[in-house]
Amino acid sequence: MSDENEYQKEASSLQPEQTVTIIDEQNALTLTEISHACAVQTGYIIELVDEGLITPEIATEEHEPHRWRFSGAQMRRVRTALRLQSDLGINLAGVALALQLLDEIENLQMRLNVQNNW
Amino acid sequence: MEFKDYYKIMGVPRDASQDDIKRAYRKLARKYHPDVSKDPQAEVRFKELGEAYEVLKDPEKRVAYDRLGTNWKADQEFRPPPDWNAGFEFSQQGFTGADAAQFSEFFESLFGRSFRAEQARRGGETRGGPGGAFFHAPGEDRYAKIMIELEDSYHGATRTISLQVPEVDAEGHVSTREHKLNVVIPRGIRPRQYIRLAGKGAPGHGQGKAGDLYLEIEFRSHPIYRVDEHDVYLDLPVAPWEAALGATITAPTPEGMVDLKIPADSTTGRKLRLKGRGIPGKTPGDFYVVLRIVPPPAIDESDKAFYRSMAEQFKSFNPRAKLGVQA
Repeated sequence: MSDENEYQKEASSLQPEQTVTIIDEQNALTLTEISHACAVQTGYIIELVDEGLITPEIATEEHEPHRWRFSGAQMRRVRTALRLQSDLGINLAGVALALQLLDEIENLQMRLNVQNNW
Repeated sequence: MEFKDYYKIMGVPRDASQDDIKRAYRKLARKYHPDVSKDPQAEVRFKELGEAYEVLKDPEKRVAYDRLGTNWKADQEFRPPPDWNAGFEFSQQGFTGADAAQFSEFFESLFGRSFRAEQARRGGETRGGPGGAFFHAPGEDRYAKIMIELEDSYHGATRTISLQVPEVDAEGHVSTREHKLNVVIPRGIRPRQYIRLAGKGAPGHGQGKAGDLYLEIEFRSHPIYRVDEHDVYLDLPVAPWEAALGATITAPTPEGMVDLKIPADSTTGRKLRLKGRGIPGKTPGDFYVVLRIVPPPAIDESDKAFYRSMAEQFKSFNPRAKLGVQA
């Protein structure tokens, strides 16, 4: 069935989607997949890895980009990096620092939530 | 349509220099960037700001905007004068606005549809079909964030989600179309994980296959539980005697009530772990109960008498010993 038909159907009559995959350790993304998913060139992803902004889950050898695998968390970082770069006009080093600080804030926030301000 | 006071949005006077405008934009953009700010209004403010900057940073658009005059007030009902932009020619270069498809109707009425349409096309969400029948390429992947409940991760669920897909019609007018989808939320999903729906992205070009849809999972904040990765926490109020003497009490978990043994001599903040009762999975998370001692209020005279006899009984107890305060 074409997408067009599917859009027009009422939600109640939609079939449950069966092809759901969790992007986890078993289904990590390849370099090509993460590039396509974030609509960037593979070169951009390689640049982010070189800059230490993202880390492939599996990197057997120093420079074997075709063996790299990326988790959902890494994809989230790529998206944030893209937005920060284009919206705030900061370079990669600046984005790296911003991401690191955002991570720290998030961790602290989490601990605050867990401890509920006791 | 409402008038937008771009100067007010950017917090600069009407005679601000281009440098001032840039500085003001950078400062506010850092403050309201949705990745940085926790303010729930941040996203709206950031979009407004992007639109205001789009106009004010470009001397051509700014002059045209200024010609509307100074009598307009923000949110006032607005209709552009018929000849308002006569004599202006907008060079479309240098248009680097964030997501112009999101710009307001006010912006569109002044600077035309072509900006929004052009931007939406560049956003890759729609395609007029460049290259015609000989051009084959996979469709773009799409991405969206969805909010689910913690319980959905424990039990698995099916959710109907509706996504707004921007579209550009033949006249270049941008609209959004609702795209409804039933999605299976797999059991054991954790916050910030992605799920992929193969072939549910943009349609392919030519004979290329459709792109994928990626959904980022976010948990709605729960009234009683907190989630940290795959562990789940519950604050559990206990009476002072339950904590001091030990007790078996009933506590809620996302999988139902459980009986819990409180060890004697427990204090506030003590963590009890229910192994493997966190978010399910191959390595399931743990469920933590964090005790919180709640004293009963002293309401009537006999309550107060009881607290007084407690004070008598625990005369040597100094709750502030660690602060260096003498008893």
